[in-house]
Amino acid sequence: MDWMAWTWPTALFFIVIASLLITFTVLAIKFPETPRTGILRIETTRGDRLFITLLGSAFINLAWLGIVGTAQPFALVVCLIYAAAVFRWV
Amino acid sequence: MNKTVNQKAWFLVLPVLLLVAFSAVIPLMTVVNYSVQDTFGNNQFFWAGLEWFEEMLNDDRMWGALGRQLMFSGIILLIQVPLGVFVALNMPKKGFWASFCLVFMSLPLLIPWNVVGTIWQVFGRVDIGLLGHTLAALGIEYNYTSDPFAAWVTIIVMDVWHWTSLVALLAYAGLQSIPDAYYQAAKIDQASRWKVFRFIELPKMMGVLMIAILLRFMDSFMIYTEPFVVTGGGPGSTTTLLSIDLVKMALGQFDLGPAAAFSLMYFLVILLISWVFYTVMINLDKREG
Repeated sequence: MDWMAWTWPTALFFIVIASLLITFTVLAIKFPETPRTGILRIETTRGDRLFITLLGSAFINLAWLGIVGTAQPFALVVCLIYAAAVFRWV
Repeated sequence: MNKTVNQKAWFLVLPVLLLVAFSAVIPLMTVVNYSVQDTFGNNQFFWAGLEWFEEMLNDDRMWGALGRQLMFSGIILLIQVPLGVFVALNMPKKGFWASFCLVFMSLPLLIPWNVVGTIWQVFGRVDIGLLGHTLAALGIEYNYTSDPFAAWVTIIVMDVWHWTSLVALLAYAGLQSIPDAYYQAAKIDQASRWKVFRFIELPKMMGVLMIAILLRFMDSFMIYTEPFVVTGGGPGSTTTLLSIDLVKMALGQFDLGPAAAFSLMYFLVILLISWVFYTVMINLDKREG
């Protein structure tokens, strides 16, 4: 695995994403759901909303880094608020 | 009737998942690892945190390449989609000439990218190329190696030449699937040619057109070989598109960290735009269905 140049932070990053995916897969199997239509006027399932959350969070982090430039952890707080909003309204 | 949900079929995609992991996911993970580290070769890495992302975000070089890339993709879509639809509308519907047109139209699609690049590189040269020579004889100043405008025109015309057929073929397939009854009804209502197009052909083509737009967008957004062979990103950096710049950074300068950060942001933009296209496409299908 040396060639992959692993670091603990990146490993943690992927572990978090992988566990999110596994959790949502298990949820989808255990508690099947019907898609719903939210403010984006598109049908979404929990998985779709997770994707929108993750993709949006990446852009939020980049925007924070580019515009604010310091205190990056606070970007994660914004991401959490964003995630809550996506799961509530999208 | 209610369908029972059975998610077990997903296990059938396991082999694909493994292949994709091997060929895409694991290499992508490596890129993420590179993006937070610095290296001087020898497979030795040093932690750099978000430094490369910060550097790239504040670098005019990446924004310039992104701007040029968006302009390139925008222009070729604006040309190829209407042109492809126009060609499809005017292709014969059946018989020998229909097959002839189909084969003839697919020819440019079969030519490898680097060959297309070489064809246009030679074609546009003022000294030995037919196009360059003719334009020079007509007194039109055209030199894609020194004039940015000429370079842009060349790579755009080249892409239109290479890929319009794809849009045309897809649009043609969409047109062929429209039952005659629609046209007969339009005739009874004395609909004009424009109205037939606007209310019958265009809506029925929408599904395949979205696929065409998505494919063309993706391909043009990741284009490397053709412009690289023709202009090499020049004159200056006026035709340096995202992937050309990325390769320069990663392989030319061996700046793995910044290049990894660059490519992750590139990837995110592609992911976002593809998702938007995909969502629109799926929702169009649902509305029709």
